[in-house]
Amino acid sequence: MKDYLQLFWAFIKVGALTFGGGYAMLPILQRDIVEKHGWVNDEEVMDYYAMAQCLPGIIMVNTSVFIGRHRKGTAGGIVAGLASALPSLVIITVIAMFLTAFAEYPIVQNAFAGIRACVVVLIVNAVVKLWKSAMVDWKSIVIIFLPVFALSAFTEASPILLVVAAAIAGIVITVLADSHKKGGEAA
Amino acid sequence: MTYALLLLNLFWEFLKIGVFAVGGGMATLPFLYDLGEKTGWYTSAQVLDMLAVSESTPGPIGINMATYVGYTVGGFPGAVLATLGTILPGVILVLILAKFLARHHDNRYINAAFYGLRPASTALIAAAGVGVLGESLFNVSLWRETGNIADLFVWGPIILALVLAVLTNIKPTKNIHPVIYIAGSAVVGIVFKLGGA
Repeated sequence: MKDYLQLFWAFIKVGALTFGGGYAMLPILQRDIVEKHGWVNDEEVMDYYAMAQCLPGIIMVNTSVFIGRHRKGTAGGIVAGLASALPSLVIITVIAMFLTAFAEYPIVQNAFAGIRACVVVLIVNAVVKLWKSAMVDWKSIVIIFLPVFALSAFTEASPILLVVAAAIAGIVITVLADSHKKGGEAA
Repeated sequence: MTYALLLLNLFWEFLKIGVFAVGGGMATLPFLYDLGEKTGWYTSAQVLDMLAVSESTPGPIGINMATYVGYTVGGFPGAVLATLGTILPGVILVLILAKFLARHHDNRYINAAFYGLRPASTALIAAAGVGVLGESLFNVSLWRETGNIADLFVWGPIILALVLAVLTNIKPTKNIHPVIYIAGSAVVGIVFKLGGA
């Protein structure tokens, strides 16, 4: 029982101290989980983080489940995953309660008009950053990025459909490129 | 719709987001836009406010957004169910696939799928960004009403956005944490009455 409580508390801290998720969790994992508790080593953390990105859902939660499972099996994984999500749940609920109650106040409305302008810039910056890591060649731009962008911006196409189609397209493009390469070598 | 049914529906919608939003927090944004339009549970302007709060508080953006939307739609039970829905598919898959992935995470087909998923995820966020741009910096409905092109532009927020676009991309101000920019923008919004309220 003590082990589970320790696991729970350690991942509450991970959830509460990580700003923005993803990469931001790594320094906290390294300090608390690797150095203080010694539950996993640096290399395992990076492996789990890489694998967590390949699965659907929230990268931070997935990574926490991997480490919790490594430490205490399935139950440990569930405890760590839920603990990492709990701080968000509490903090955001309190803020949402507060903001819902005061949404009609002019000062809140003016503040959010300014904030929205800022959020627009943050989204654009995020897209630019993602663009650099996602667009590995012209095929990924022409075959995937442009059609998905156009369909999403100008039609009612469901994002789920677009994501599934893109994954299939990725596999088809890779397999075709591989067989083309092999065909070229044979000839 | 009864409350229980609403909660069930909410859980189901976020379960789908948990499965299909690949690529980190911002990737949930287009799904949340789509959900709001489809159900009328919240407006796209509200999505922006939620995103601002999610960026300014600890925790992954994806969970923060789910909790916020869940609370807006169904109170505290809604917040819990939306959050659980978002994380559940990942949690279950990690527990089932942990052993398999340890051996195969460099798998050719997984990498090939991500070759398609990453640009798609970027495109979805970019499309949502265009929507956001249209709503917070431009007033399309007023322009249509009056036919006067000057009514299209909401100058206060446009100027603020341009200043921020420069500051967040030049040294040394680009390394300042987003929460500072968000707080600063709130102050500018209040001082210059950007909301017109």
